[in-house]
Amino acid sequence: MPLDESYLGRVSQPSPPYQVGREKIREFATAIGERSPMCHDVVAARAAGHPDLVAPPTFTVVFTMPRIEALLREPAFGWRFEGTVHGGQTIEFHRAICAGDELITTVEVKNLTIRAGTHMLTLRCESSDQFGKPVCATEALLLSQADGDTV
Amino acid sequence: MTTYAEGDELPPLRVTLNRTDLVRYAAASGDLNPIHWSDRVAQQVELPGVVAHGMLTMALAGRMVTTWLADPAAVRSYQVRFTRPVPVPDVVDGVDDPGGAVIELSGTLRSVEMVNGVRTGRVDIKATFEGKTVLGRASAVVSLPH
Repeated sequence: MPLDESYLGRVSQPSPPYQVGREKIREFATAIGERSPMCHDVVAARAAGHPDLVAPPTFTVVFTMPRIEALLREPAFGWRFEGTVHGGQTIEFHRAICAGDELITTVEVKNLTIRAGTHMLTLRCESSDQFGKPVCATEALLLSQADGDTV
Repeated sequence: MTTYAEGDELPPLRVTLNRTDLVRYAAASGDLNPIHWSDRVAQQVELPGVVAHGMLTMALAGRMVTTWLADPAAVRSYQVRFTRPVPVPDVVDGVDDPGGAVIELSGTLRSVEMVNGVRTGRVDIKATFEGKTVLGRASAVVSLPH
């Protein structure tokens, strides 16, 4: 199945809300060795002016990756999912992510190029909270062998 | 007391990653790509073996920055390129290799400016494994303490 270049510019439907939970923040912070009390202790987070536990910056992977994977696995798109390489990542915040946020995410195919047998794809995820306010935006640069090439 | 002045070096961070760390991160992040837990699958895509998640290396470098600022909410933006994979040695007889894969992280406060009344800094980040860069063009824009 060749890559469908008409996906360029396409924006996904908004995701169902992702509920940011305290234990998920603690689990993620522990996995990356982040010991800040603001990621583990609600009292400390509130004392620092946050409504609840604060998620580390790269927590965005938790709720964006399922949306990205769903797009990459759409048969009509023709992306070779197996062997996809993560080439780069940007994360921008309007504010920190906190427990209690319900994040709704869209995925946009921002860039799609074929160069020397390699597909390069930039996917932009924009997430807003349950009040419609923007929270963060991420961009993932992904690389995959063009169809027909040997891996 | 840190003043966060232009040119400041961040306290460096040295992290040893083993297979258990990768499995824990896979579960926490939801990234279950088998190149991060199966040598066979990793070798099929021409990697030497299981490699660390790029996003884990990015997270560790982010931790260096948030630890320096004592504030996980201070990061305004953060960007990296993943320039080289980090192979992580297998367990031996069910026990993690104590050597693991050692990632060296360092950073410099490159510039400071006022943005909307907030003292804002740009941090340039270096991450190396076996002396070679694993994060390229890595930098973060952060709100600095008053």
